[in-house]
Amino acid sequence: MTASAEVLAPSRLRRGASRTGFKIFVDAAFAALLFMGTIVGVIALATLIWTIFDQGWERLVADPAGFLSNYVSRLPARAGIRAALVGSAYLMVLTALFTFPVGVGAAIYLEEFAPRNRVTNFVEANIANLAGVPSVVYGLLGLGIFARFLRMGPSLLAGALTLTVMSLPVVIVAAREAIRAVPEGIRLGAYALGATKWQTVSRQVLPAAMPGTLTGTILALSRAIGETAPLLVIGLPIVIFSLPNDLRDPVSALPLLIFDWTSRPQPAFAAAAAAASIILLALLLAMNAVAIFLRNRYTIRW
Amino acid sequence: MSSRPPRSSSPAGDRPPAGGDSPSIARQGKRTGERVIITALFTCAVLSVAVTVGIVAVLLVDTVSFFSQSGLVEFLTGTVWAPGAGAGEGGQYGMLPLLSGTLMIGVGSIVVGLPLGLLTAIYLSEYANPRVRGVLKPTLEILAGIPTVIVGFFALQFITPDLLRRIFGDDRVFIFNAAAGSIAVGLMILPIIASISEDAMRAVPSSLREAAFGLGASKRQVSLRVVVPAALSGISASVILAFSRAVGETMAVTIAAGNTPTMTWNYFESIQTLTASIAQTVRGEVAAGTVRYDALFALGMTLFLLTLVMNLVSARIVRRYRQVYS
Amino acid sequence: MTQRTRRGWLLGLTLAIALVAAACGGDDDAGGGTGAGGEASLSGSIAIDGSSTVAPVTEAVAEEFRKEQSGVQVTVGTSGTGGGFTKFCAGETDISDASRPIEDEEKAACEAKGIKYQEFRVGLDGLAVVSSAQNQFVDTLSFEQLAKIFEEGGATTWNQVDPKFPNEKIAIFGPDTESGTYDFFNEEILGDPEEGGKKPRSDYTASSDDNTLVQGIEGEANSWGYFGFAYYQNNREGLKVIKVAEKGATGIEPTAETIESGDYPLSRPLFIYVKEDSLRKPEVGQFVKFYLEQTPQLIADVGYVPAPQEDYTQGLSKLQPFLAG
Repeated sequence: MTASAEVLAPSRLRRGASRTGFKIFVDAAFAALLFMGTIVGVIALATLIWTIFDQGWERLVADPAGFLSNYVSRLPARAGIRAALVGSAYLMVLTALFTFPVGVGAAIYLEEFAPRNRVTNFVEANIANLAGVPSVVYGLLGLGIFARFLRMGPSLLAGALTLTVMSLPVVIVAAREAIRAVPEGIRLGAYALGATKWQTVSRQVLPAAMPGTLTGTILALSRAIGETAPLLVIGLPIVIFSLPNDLRDPVSALPLLIFDWTSRPQPAFAAAAAAASIILLALLLAMNAVAIFLRNRYTIRW
Repeated sequence: MSSRPPRSSSPAGDRPPAGGDSPSIARQGKRTGERVIITALFTCAVLSVAVTVGIVAVLLVDTVSFFSQSGLVEFLTGTVWAPGAGAGEGGQYGMLPLLSGTLMIGVGSIVVGLPLGLLTAIYLSEYANPRVRGVLKPTLEILAGIPTVIVGFFALQFITPDLLRRIFGDDRVFIFNAAAGSIAVGLMILPIIASISEDAMRAVPSSLREAAFGLGASKRQVSLRVVVPAALSGISASVILAFSRAVGETMAVTIAAGNTPTMTWNYFESIQTLTASIAQTVRGEVAAGTVRYDALFALGMTLFLLTLVMNLVSARIVRRYRQVYS
Repeated sequence: MTQRTRRGWLLGLTLAIALVAAACGGDDDAGGGTGAGGEASLSGSIAIDGSSTVAPVTEAVAEEFRKEQSGVQVTVGTSGTGGGFTKFCAGETDISDASRPIEDEEKAACEAKGIKYQEFRVGLDGLAVVSSAQNQFVDTLSFEQLAKIFEEGGATTWNQVDPKFPNEKIAIFGPDTESGTYDFFNEEILGDPEEGGKKPRSDYTASSDDNTLVQGIEGEANSWGYFGFAYYQNNREGLKVIKVAEKGATGIEPTAETIESGDYPLSRPLFIYVKEDSLRKPEVGQFVKFYLEQTPQLIADVGYVPAPQEDYTQGLSKLQPFLAG
């Protein structure tokens, strides 16, 4: 443990070494370098946001009602995000409904009930690996199994299931952390009062872990909403002039639309893509704000 | 509650084992209803295994089908990726151009993301005061949260025309180029490297720092010669993880880096990555059962294996060196 | 339950309800016929896929059709003419957009699945060969020169095409192998491979999305590419159209007139193919009728040229038996 400190042992420092002017300069230069390196990231983000707003704001405020309520069109002035926005909302709700129970259920099992054996280790390792799988591979899963094998086609159901499967590892990890944070004392107290395991979990641990779990779920969902690749691979349409009525109906999504418009050469469509990006960012901001609000307001500090 | 307080079989002061073992106290209270619930929860957990099985199955089946129609050797060593017309027969399916494109983006994004991420991590961990951290950390999170389509848009609309072309000239820089893709992906992986490295650095015991300061080292020397080497395993793990993420990135490269499968090392040219090839093929949706369709899954399998290996290596590094400070 | 417990569950429940309410609230135009104009409201869905050349026409028609029949769900994909036929003959789509006639293998595939269809000519296209507006040197290219650019092992620099051109790398863009435009170009310029024609090259920037091609070509001074005329028409500022010269003739520029008259050597008809079973469905039948009636007016706006009027009238009469009952 003292290996690194030995690096600076007296034998390495020149005899009589002191804060020479050169060294002070190098120290200051390094600090400046660090600051600049950090700032580059911040500047990049600022430039990105500025580019989006610079190109999209005018388009958005020129006709906000139309932009939000029109369907796509070959004319950029008439094109709107209605199908895409509603589609994304539906996808998000469905994904939440699917992911939350399964994710929390898995987390509860792994944290509270699972015995420490090889099977459990395998399941945990498996979840960790799934978190690192590229989203496009999840899209292939969705295409091969949901859209083709189970014959759901490029539908709302197939899209939601694909996003669910993609978000599950993240939700499980978040829920596990929240459950883990609940002190053992709470559980012990419940047992001491004669509660069964499940009673303890359902009435004490889970409610206490709920804010953290919800925060994690919302964050996972906000990532899922911005994903294009899985939906692209399943084959969700971009040119669609109706809203879904049924789980089996085709549905569009906001990131898909942004991708399509970005690929069009007409500058007016670039502006439309930027405007749609503003809407998507606003949506994400809202979701993250809710998550942070939950975390700050309701997290119990043990 | 219908059950009486059960008698504990273990001594009063015993703490139940941490984690999942049900203490004997609670086990006695398990009723049939609970068994059903626990089974349901177990099913949820096992579902994740089902997902992995699903991914592997779907990739494997069509990859095998692909190799029955098009050669494995050609796939691994061929330098031309040119799917045939219609169902895709008679095409050439050598994935090396795509792999080279993926590697170009991977390396390029590390070149962008590693220095910036590391500098940011050192700054946050060793130099910044809490207020600055309070601003910078959320900023990094925001950067990480920007959807990749939007970053791709930014790459096409700003990085290429206003940055690369202004510096290097219109004729050097192709409209779709690997450099823009690398910068875009680099920005996306910067937060990964920064936050994981920062965590690793903060985990270095302060006694090490204090010892170094005590010997007369400056902050710079402490950061570079003590903290960074000590946190090296965490930093390496973050780099591998970031590289894995870069390999799996689809939208930004499809939009900005181009769709030309070619073996070139010129970052100003248009290339195509494994992911972009999948994205481009599905934009014209493909009928099932054709070579063209199966090729998608062969590419997907390649991606899956690449990222799996990298994630495992990264986890290994973290595990192996974690003991150093425990 | 403790207070904290109750609060926790309540929070979760409220959030779930809020999410669902928000999403359902956005559904104020759920399908259902609110069709203006006297027609009885139709409902149902129409799946269209195929050529990216024809797609802008189909999209324009679908957009206008929706104004009268908002209850019909129409989706338009762009898998390419070849990809479109594969899906069409697998029974996955109702209508297939095509920028070339159906080929024999595709006909056989449809027959094998028992899918009967009708072919309708909906317009004329002049395949436009273009470069960037920044390109100063190229004006006309002969068939021979076009072949030299796009054949396997063909020219890599402009001066290999014509010694007068600069020694600059040609940035080649083109549709991918699923595209009917690709098939048409190769047939016309390179010839049938089975009869001594050349194979097309594979080291170019291929995209199934013509918009991406336009983006690429606009951005490169030494670019070369080709796509349907509409994509040139809609992007004239950034593109330069190249005159095409058949053997021994002078170069002709694609315009509405030269395409219609057939003077432009790379003129071709555009088609839609419709399943007979689908035609019997009222929403599809009405859509195709609308298509044939409206296209002559819409198509110039989209950027192509109307087919001769007889094509539309013939189409409508072909359609007639399917509309009744």
